[in-house]
Amino acid sequence: MNNTYTISVYSENNIGLLNRISAIFLKRHINIESLTVSESEIENVSRFVIVAAMDEDQVRKIVGQLEKQIEVIKAYYHTDEETIYQETALFKIKSSLLFDERQIQNIIKQSNANIVTVAREFFVIEKTGRRHETDALYDELVPFGIMQFVRSGRIAVSKTEMNISALLREFQNA
Amino acid sequence: METLKEKLVETETSTTIRISGAEAVIHCLLAEGVDLMYGYPGGAIMPVYDALYKFQDKLHHVLTRHEQGATHAAQGYARVSGKVGVAMATSGPGATNLVTGIADAQIDSTPMVCITGQVARHLLGTDAFQETDIIGISTPVTKWSYQVTKAADIPVALAKAFYIARSGRPGPVLIDITKNAQVEEFDFSYKKCTAIRSYKPKPEINPTKIGEAAAIINSAKKPFIVFGQGIILGKAEAELKAFIEKAGIPAASTVLGLSALETDHPLYTGMVGMHGNYAPNLMTNECDVLIALGMRFDDRVTGDLSRYAKQAKVIHFEIDPAEVDKNVKTEIAVLGDVKETLSGILPLIDEKKHETWHQEFKDKRAIEFDKVIKNDLFPEKQKLTMGEVIEKINKRTGGDAIVVSDVGQHQMIACRYAKFNQTKSNVTSGGLGTMGFALPAAIGAKMGAPEREVVAIIGDGGYQMTIQELGTIFQTRVPVKIVVLNNDFLGMVRQWQQLFFDRRYASTELINPDFVTIAKGYHIPARRVTERADLDEAIDELIASEEAYFLEVCVEKEDNVFPMIPTGASVTDCRLE
Repeated sequence: MNNTYTISVYSENNIGLLNRISAIFLKRHINIESLTVSESEIENVSRFVIVAAMDEDQVRKIVGQLEKQIEVIKAYYHTDEETIYQETALFKIKSSLLFDERQIQNIIKQSNANIVTVAREFFVIEKTGRRHETDALYDELVPFGIMQFVRSGRIAVSKTEMNISALLREFQNA
Repeated sequence: METLKEKLVETETSTTIRISGAEAVIHCLLAEGVDLMYGYPGGAIMPVYDALYKFQDKLHHVLTRHEQGATHAAQGYARVSGKVGVAMATSGPGATNLVTGIADAQIDSTPMVCITGQVARHLLGTDAFQETDIIGISTPVTKWSYQVTKAADIPVALAKAFYIARSGRPGPVLIDITKNAQVEEFDFSYKKCTAIRSYKPKPEINPTKIGEAAAIINSAKKPFIVFGQGIILGKAEAELKAFIEKAGIPAASTVLGLSALETDHPLYTGMVGMHGNYAPNLMTNECDVLIALGMRFDDRVTGDLSRYAKQAKVIHFEIDPAEVDKNVKTEIAVLGDVKETLSGILPLIDEKKHETWHQEFKDKRAIEFDKVIKNDLFPEKQKLTMGEVIEKINKRTGGDAIVVSDVGQHQMIACRYAKFNQTKSNVTSGGLGTMGFALPAAIGAKMGAPEREVVAIIGDGGYQMTIQELGTIFQTRVPVKIVVLNNDFLGMVRQWQQLFFDRRYASTELINPDFVTIAKGYHIPARRVTERADLDEAIDELIASEEAYFLEVCVEKEDNVFPMIPTGASVTDCRLE
């Protein structure tokens, strides 16, 4: 049965690695729903957060293939229940609406969204949360007209420990 | 304290000298113990070739006739010597021509380092002459790859390349070096790589798993061993033999495991897989414990997975954690270097004989002999068979030769019937099934084991894919023995067309040239045999020859290879006719 998995990959910061990682998914015809790369809590160690739907057998094999890559330090997979995760959405809206449509201000307040900037022509709303929350805000704003919409990939931390620092310390001291 | 990404140790060449990146490449190769490499020069790699000129006495470079030949030769060399094969080419088409060999080395876990030239750094991304993104192209088929754009990075890149290629589960590594990096001068010193923090070549051994595996093996009534190339790569041939002899367990090999155990061993039951032997294929679905040693359950071995060894408890000895439970669900995975895990389990194993169980293999073997082997090796029909040629070579070499085979019917026949007395004697393209592999691989094999006889068994189709390497043989005088089993067909495809496509022989018949004349054009002694009466003498001549020799044997055009497990069928459905 397919499930949404959040795959976390700790790696060296290397130019070709993204290619290797995406090729692992491509080869098995698994669609990456979102991918975010950033620095991790450890200096010079990158962290990929990849979201994809598959069954547990597949995700276990994918993680095995990821860990096989020379520059991957360690990879993990978690279900939604095992992670704290968020996405950020930005909505670009005509400035005139902010004054003409009183309802928009209420929507922003009720959905705990923030106004990032207000310019003469447009203003930008930021909403961080679960997918269903940014989706709900989208649905509410659509009738007024959205000039641009963009949503980030998922960022997530696991509830359990991912002990990369210990692994690296072990190497350093060996 | 500095964060270590890799650990490097001093070598004899650790003293610093100011040299060009190109010369540094040569110093790195020498420091890694490379004295032989294969390649083909061109614009973007010329500085390295120029540096090589000075070191010809220390580092022998073999000019192949095509870059693909360089990779297969490097593979053949690596497979028989256990050392890292090295191939070098220029950028663009030189680099892309390496790809087939790299993919072959990746799927067959062959240690190889490929060095490619690349356009200068400032031209990268400009579609410059002979620029190609070889890192991007080769990513899915390399164990690791790296593009060097400044000379100072060359020593670490090559140190890591050799360490990664040879350690753990071996594989191919590609280092792409821009031309400016070859030309720049820098202060060179070489340190060998001994560890990389993000890379664990072999998993730690878990003694509990070894204990659990031993308990299952000791209580098994019908245990069965299938071993693969992991035994050869892990240098665990002696441990394998000690294990099967003490436990008294019948053992079979995969295509790439062949020669890890001598074919005459009383507990050796043959080869598994699509054209493997009847007994081991059938008994896979009869055994109660299946012990897989250094093999990866390839689909050509297992057939239909849903009907593969379902009754058995599977114990998998494996160095690569990603292989465990990939295709076949295991009861117990014994991770680690197979030499160490087999040594670890040996004292825990009870001495047994399993005589009645072994007799079942012998009975099945008798059926296969009667239906297949007899007709292959001792035919009564007029036309020559591929099997009788292999049998005669066995007789003449006594089983001491290295057999290099290409891909197709002749390959399966060679793997089925070649006699092997010692390890590293079977060189073939197993996982990728690369036609054209054998001729260049035989060159590398002979150079990697010059004291041994090397016989290349090739079909008329695959031979013509890399036939230009006859030029390399002529120029280097490497005494390889070439046997082309000519049936004027792409035989294996034709066999499938006959069996599964109602004999519609679409594009499988070959109108062949005069192979003997071609060989003679390269000044290689050559002979053609069409009659059985001439075969013995021709093979005598082939083996006795001090120099390279070409023998064409015209065989029955439409013979089929049996047994056969059709695609998608179960090992139980192994067909004898």
